[in-house]
Amino acid sequence: MQRRTLMKATLTAVSLIALQATAALAENTVLKIGFVGVTSGPAAAWGISNQRSMETRAAWINETGGYEIGGTTYDIEIVSFDDQKDPKRAIAGMEKMAQEGIHYVVGPNVDDGAAAVRPVAESNGIMYFPYAFPKSLYEAPASNAVLGMVANYQSGPAIYKYLMEDKGVKTVAFIAANESDPLSQRDGGVEAAKALGLEVVSDNVTYQVDTTDFTPVLTPVMRSRPDLLVLSGVSPANAPQLIRSARELGFQGLISTETAQDAGVLAEGAGDLANGFISVGGASTPELASPMMNEFVERYTTMFGEYNDESNTKVYALEYILETLKADPSALTDVGAFQATMDSFEAPNPYMNGDAKLRYVGMSSFGQKRQVAVPLVVNVYQDGAFETLFVAEVD
Amino acid sequence: MEQILANGVYLGSQYAMIALGLTLIFALMNVLNFAHGQMYVIGGFVTYTFYGQWGVPFVLALVMSCVTLAILGALIERFLFAPVIKGSAREESTMLLAAGIAFFLDAVILLVFGEKQRGVPKIVDGVFNYDFRLIMPYDRILICVLAILSIVAFIGLMQYTKTGRALRALAQDRTAAQLMGVNVDRYSMIGFALGAMLAGLVGGLLVTITGVNLGMGGPTSIKAFMMVMIGGAGVISGAIWGGIILGFMEAIGLALLYQYGDITYLLIFVSLMIFLAIRPQGLMGKPWG
Repeated sequence: MQRRTLMKATLTAVSLIALQATAALAENTVLKIGFVGVTSGPAAAWGISNQRSMETRAAWINETGGYEIGGTTYDIEIVSFDDQKDPKRAIAGMEKMAQEGIHYVVGPNVDDGAAAVRPVAESNGIMYFPYAFPKSLYEAPASNAVLGMVANYQSGPAIYKYLMEDKGVKTVAFIAANESDPLSQRDGGVEAAKALGLEVVSDNVTYQVDTTDFTPVLTPVMRSRPDLLVLSGVSPANAPQLIRSARELGFQGLISTETAQDAGVLAEGAGDLANGFISVGGASTPELASPMMNEFVERYTTMFGEYNDESNTKVYALEYILETLKADPSALTDVGAFQATMDSFEAPNPYMNGDAKLRYVGMSSFGQKRQVAVPLVVNVYQDGAFETLFVAEVD
Repeated sequence: MEQILANGVYLGSQYAMIALGLTLIFALMNVLNFAHGQMYVIGGFVTYTFYGQWGVPFVLALVMSCVTLAILGALIERFLFAPVIKGSAREESTMLLAAGIAFFLDAVILLVFGEKQRGVPKIVDGVFNYDFRLIMPYDRILICVLAILSIVAFIGLMQYTKTGRALRALAQDRTAAQLMGVNVDRYSMIGFALGAMLAGLVGGLLVTITGVNLGMGGPTSIKAFMMVMIGGAGVISGAIWGGIILGFMEAIGLALLYQYGDITYLLIFVSLMIFLAIRPQGLMGKPWG
């Protein structure tokens, strides 16, 4: 009898909670935003930081009453799809987004996935925000892709120029994983370095993406004795091992990359050997982060147990989508309206101190505004944290 | 040349350890354990948690990795492989089960340990540098020595203990071993646990050098299969030779062929295909299985 009573009480409680949840969801209309990217395998950190950034911001918005667009308040729902870094899966993911009536998608994370989904996105009226650098994705006649970060061919020259002028760098060596993204970033970096007058002393050493011991890989690079070692397109998993191996082999020059990294991962994997490592970040350092950015970091940490510094750049895509929709509510179902709004859109950047703006850029690189204006923050790692080296803008 | 030899010995010893557990399980149960790489990763994460996070002495953390993986291996054998082997005569049933376990463990690793690369403090500081002709950090030398000692201990266990003799008998002829009074079920479980423990041990050792992340499992399994194929499936000495050969091929290729791009593994795979076409049973394997 007691057991029956307990079961009844449990069922009643569960029903009440379910009803409450339904009622809470029913209060606001739901706006679905998609994510198609890699959340498993060796590159999982890239996509998971994307997905978790979106989920953190969506939960925050929903908790504080929703997001108002054109007089209607929306709860934000993130619909995620793991493409496993496989272009075929990325296409399937974008098709799933189309079937769900989603018009705005963040991702994919890599070049081939971003290129593969283009026909699906363009034929189904989906704007997507890849973290991939090929210019053909963003140049006309391509229309629906918006670069979600700063490309290596934009950050690389800025970093090299700074290091030439401030650190007297004259020679540079490149090393990249044997994959399309890092290789294309290496080629872009070599081109930029040569254009600036740097002597490229090594650029043909590559490594398997699943390499765990980099000492044999780096040994020939170290023989070229460069002033600067560039880890082209390096993943956060490989960066600490490469830095550690280079330093253990006696390399005393500068090391840099144009990808975003995580200070905790560098601290654990390379410790003090990572001091002086230069990478690209977002509004992460104390002097740049606004109170809203700090709250985002707190909420992310509360939700997932640990923050990922890569999210400093990945916090932006969802904000851009929502702010642009707010600027023109007709874009909720019409990506043509979204594209038209992009040309003149401007809003305050809530994640940075000062008067930074959210706006679309890319005229110089792509001939049309198909890039979010993420601040080009170049960081240097020092004793477990990033310090801002310099801040620049992409036009 | 000195650097190539040193890199070859270092890579060969760690590869041999990775292959040992895989080939042991194959020899005992005729199971291709696709989850071997994931077991290696769990071993790394356990050492990371105990040594890197909780400050437990490294040796104790290493023991915890071994114990955790031995228990995990025993449970997997008892509750998953043993029933499938008894209930199905088809070899692909165990292959599918092993693949399923690999995917499952990947998901568990992501949930428990997260997506980030993890690393631990160095166990020994400093770098051995012989006139820039041979550079080897002391922690790599230590790990290499520990790996070689572990291999020697494992061979000793297999050769000179009752358990080792029973496992060898089981590997040679399961039915005959049973007729001679070997408790097949018990020693299958012990063998699987031992294989998993070796994966945990090498994972725990190498987390101090390479760190660990959830994506390392699949590629580690593939390399382990390559070593086993080179040496001969199910042969302990074959796994050791397979590891050493692969380690040296990698060290030599990376040192001499770097100017041609990343062709080392291309050549290794081509060599493996040609080798297997000529000698499909591997170096030490027997043509009849």
